[in-house]
Amino acid sequence: MNLINTLTLSGILFAIGVYGLVTRRNAVGVLMATELLLNSVNLNLVAFNHYLHPAGLGGQMFTLFTITVAAAEATVALALVVALFRARRSVMVEDINQLKW
Amino acid sequence: MNSLTYLVPLLPLATFLVNLLFFRKNRHLAPYIAVGGVLAAFIVSLSLAARLLDNTAPLVDEIRWLDVSGGVLGNFTIKVGTLLDPLCAMMLLVVTGVSTLVHIYSLGYMHDEPGVARFFMYLNLFTFSMLGLVVSPNLYQMYIFWELVGLCSYLLIGFYYEKKSANDACKKAFVVNRVGDFGMFLGILFLTYYLSTADFLALPGKIGNWPIAGPAWLPLGVVALLLFCGAVGKSAQFPLHIWLPDAMEGPTPVSALIHAATMVAAGVYLVARTYVVFDAALFSSVNASQVVAWVGGFTSIFAATIACTQYDIKRVLAYSTLSQLGYMVMALGAGGSGVGAGSFHLFTHAFFKALLFLGAGSVIHAMHTNDIREMGGLWKKLPITGTTFFIACLAIAGVPPLAGFFSKDEILMALSEGHMVKLYWLASGVAFMTAFYMFRLFLMTFTGSEPAHGHPHESPISMTFPLMVLAVLSVVAGWSSLPSEKNFGHYIHYERPAGLAQQWEGAKSLAAAHPEAQGTVKAHELLAAAPLTPAKEEAVKEESHQFQWHAEIWIPATLTGLAGILLALLMYYFKVFSPARVVSALGPVYTLVYNKYYVDEAYAWIVHRVYFVLSRGIAWFDRHVVDGFMNGLAFVSQVSGSVLKRVQNGQVQAYALVFALGLTALLVFVKNVLF
Repeated sequence: MNLINTLTLSGILFAIGVYGLVTRRNAVGVLMATELLLNSVNLNLVAFNHYLHPAGLGGQMFTLFTITVAAAEATVALALVVALFRARRSVMVEDINQLKW
Repeated sequence: MNSLTYLVPLLPLATFLVNLLFFRKNRHLAPYIAVGGVLAAFIVSLSLAARLLDNTAPLVDEIRWLDVSGGVLGNFTIKVGTLLDPLCAMMLLVVTGVSTLVHIYSLGYMHDEPGVARFFMYLNLFTFSMLGLVVSPNLYQMYIFWELVGLCSYLLIGFYYEKKSANDACKKAFVVNRVGDFGMFLGILFLTYYLSTADFLALPGKIGNWPIAGPAWLPLGVVALLLFCGAVGKSAQFPLHIWLPDAMEGPTPVSALIHAATMVAAGVYLVARTYVVFDAALFSSVNASQVVAWVGGFTSIFAATIACTQYDIKRVLAYSTLSQLGYMVMALGAGGSGVGAGSFHLFTHAFFKALLFLGAGSVIHAMHTNDIREMGGLWKKLPITGTTFFIACLAIAGVPPLAGFFSKDEILMALSEGHMVKLYWLASGVAFMTAFYMFRLFLMTFTGSEPAHGHPHESPISMTFPLMVLAVLSVVAGWSSLPSEKNFGHYIHYERPAGLAQQWEGAKSLAAAHPEAQGTVKAHELLAAAPLTPAKEEAVKEESHQFQWHAEIWIPATLTGLAGILLALLMYYFKVFSPARVVSALGPVYTLVYNKYYVDEAYAWIVHRVYFVLSRGIAWFDRHVVDGFMNGLAFVSQVSGSVLKRVQNGQVQAYALVFALGLTALLVFVKNVLF
């Protein structure tokens, strides 16, 4: 295990997240992809902290914040999805295309 | 403030404003307030004129209005204020005097009109504008009032706004005047550019010191002609005369005040004021004075012939006005004593022409028609109108010792002194025709058989009183030119600036020294070729400006006038030979003259066939090329927008993809290209 391997893993995770974000048709799936993105970033932070600055805890503290914010974000986003479903009877993102022109 | 001149225009303005603010609908009070305003102005003018009798030095009051710094003129200030000199005082007296009489006359004439308060407001506003024009110390202020006068003329011609002909006439007057005014404004701008002043009092000095003769004089000739354009428009000279006969659509007092006595004199006044420019133009290859003289001469004979054929009482007078204005302009162009003579004719003409128009108004008031063929024998029914009209006819025909006799003599004198032989004969012919058509009008209206219908009766005292006053003035106004220590010419004349006179003398002596070059080398070229000798100054200084008397001028002139009267008597009173036979003998010539030489038709043809066709072409260009270009631009943006907007499909994921790809591309770019 070294920094490069960890970063590669994080990069692969991020790419999967982006792919999911762009291709999932279900809003819940899009949210899950977003979680993947956040977690890849968390991995990045922790890895940099561990390998480059072992004495400090900055990266790990930052990760904790990210997890907290991600939880809040998931709550709000899921609430939005529920509200959306109630309003439009659908959670498919291709149906949500009013924001144009 | 050196003088009370500013009061003269401001008094009618004050009564105008009072009426405008408080008595706009008050048909009983507004007229009397208006009369009070002009009467007060007349009294002030009298006191001002009395002050100038002994000391003719001009009085100027000015305040700075606009400072123009930088540009081609350097520091140039446009001022407003008043200038009082004899010429101005004469005009003030004429304008306020005739205006007061016309106001009083209108009390009777317009009594039953619905818009009488409006009428008097317009009259006040007009009087203010005209007086403002007269007291202007510079061309810029004059131009402002010049346009105001035009506006008032427009309002008053169109007073009966429900009549289509009145509407057409007022528009015509305004548009035709604009043509001349455009030239005049160009002239003012050029004059300011070349002389860096527009003050009347500064002009002689500047022009007298104009550096050196030669091509440098050319601009002055052009300036003079451009200024004359304004005079041609306002004083209705050919070819811009067409508005004046149509202006008779206005109420008759307006015709008397504006289109006979005062406003139309503005053009003559302008030329007299700026005469030094015309005089200096002698040195340029543009001989402005000659142009002025010939335009005036042509107009006077042109209009006189038309006046002989018309049957509308006001139109005859309108063409007579044109003819007399042409006379004045011709006198101005004659140079030398012509300025005094033209101004003098302006002075006398104002009285008898106002009288003629007011008398015509009185006749129309009694007869309810304008056609002199339906009139006759009115002298018995309208004794005061008839008698005063008769006096005015004698005056305009140049019968001694009435006013017109004196002023016409002065003009003929000026023409003969100026060696304008052709114009002298032309002017004599016009004098003959003037006497003929005025007596034709008088005899057809006031003598002969009475009309079958109607019961004409004399007008009220408010209308006959001005007639009587004007009749007295028509008799005595000319006496101011009788030989004496200080006659009219002593006060009003043109004095050639010393510098100019010197150059002129130099040119003359050079021309005398080169007789072989006469007619081929122009004066300015001679002047440019040799330096001047400043020796002749005292020779030109002490020249008498008094009007003089020469039997060889006034006796033929009087006989000409009497011959015209005699011819009219033979044709229309004794009926020795009938007018109808003259008409048939003249044939197509008569038709041509009767239809006013088809000038209106020619203009209509030009407008319809040339101007409108050109306009249509330009409109097509505007609509299809200029607008087409703009529409094309709009079309391109619209189409490209409707294509580009497809990118915005509302799918957030698509945006995210573009965002991610864009970010990636940017990172690759930063990594590989920049570092």
